[in-house]
Amino acid sequence: MLTLQFIPYTEISNLSSEKKIQKLLKIVRDEKIVLLEGKLGSAEKSELIRKTMEEIDDKFKGIEIEDLDLERKDKALIEKMRSVLINFILGSRKGLTIIGPASIIKEIKKDPDKIQLFTEESKKKKKK
Amino acid sequence: MGLFHNFLKKFLKSFFKKKGEVKLGLYGPPNGGKTTLANKISMDWLGEKVGKVSGIAHETREIQIKEQITIKSKGKELTFNLVDTPGIATKIDYEDFLKAGLKEKEAKTRAKEATKGVVDAIKWLDDMDTVVIVLDATKDPYSQVNITIIGNLEARKIPVLIVANKVDLKKADVKKVQAAFPQYDVIGISAKYGKNIDNFYESLFKITNK
Repeated sequence: MLTLQFIPYTEISNLSSEKKIQKLLKIVRDEKIVLLEGKLGSAEKSELIRKTMEEIDDKFKGIEIEDLDLERKDKALIEKMRSVLINFILGSRKGLTIIGPASIIKEIKKDPDKIQLFTEESKKKKKK
Repeated sequence: MGLFHNFLKKFLKSFFKKKGEVKLGLYGPPNGGKTTLANKISMDWLGEKVGKVSGIAHETREIQIKEQITIKSKGKELTFNLVDTPGIATKIDYEDFLKAGLKEKEAKTRAKEATKGVVDAIKWLDDMDTVVIVLDATKDPYSQVNITIIGNLEARKIPVLIVANKVDLKKADVKKVQAAFPQYDVIGISAKYGKNIDNFYESLFKITNK
């Protein structure tokens, strides 16, 4: 059984980056897949990776993460430049992020407007 | 605000950096060929290697530095401290090392060291002046690890060169890497066999504006 937990943007928007990451990792460590409204910033993602590494043990192997970008591809250059810094620090409300425990999700593929999750079972079937 | 405060601190620190302390970091996912490239650069210009390589992921589990490498070409010189880093990953499973032939105790130790290595690599990213991202050109370049590293560097305006490594292999697809990161210079090389390495050195001069 797979449990998907949806986290709306409003549930994390007032949290510090540290608390945000703590909350997301706690859900993943409970063997649930997080569907987060919005995207994490690059600084937050590296912090998430760092915290994940610190928590890896015999049971928890880490995470798989992928996001879907729902922003306009034809944004003007000045908008894109402004976005870079804001996204680095704060992330973005637009989009969807999937974070799951590596023990359940073996691979996530983005293609380009859909996300495919491969579990251990589906990978074995794919190989056959 | 913690992340913003750290970002501002590092941004200001860069203005007071001493001349000559240029740090060139090799970053990327595990097994992309970072240490192979580090060894190639170090052997070419210093006559000595930086670290050990193997086919098992996370061979490099500590930051390895070679200081004062000077590369020369067409009357130009570039001196830097070469920083070879552990591959960054979002997951590490000791069972993968068991499958690679390690014994259980060895595998668990390697996994523990690898997680620490990733933490160190992320920490050191803040201190790099220029970064070469080394990707395995036979693999999918659209990974969150690659995007995260590049996103961090882009925000801090750190010059980036992307290397699509392992072009000696049939499945290597340099065009796919170029398409994934169109805003960056991407150069296809074989660090193992030295293919296109001269163009790689020229690219280093280009991104550091030398």
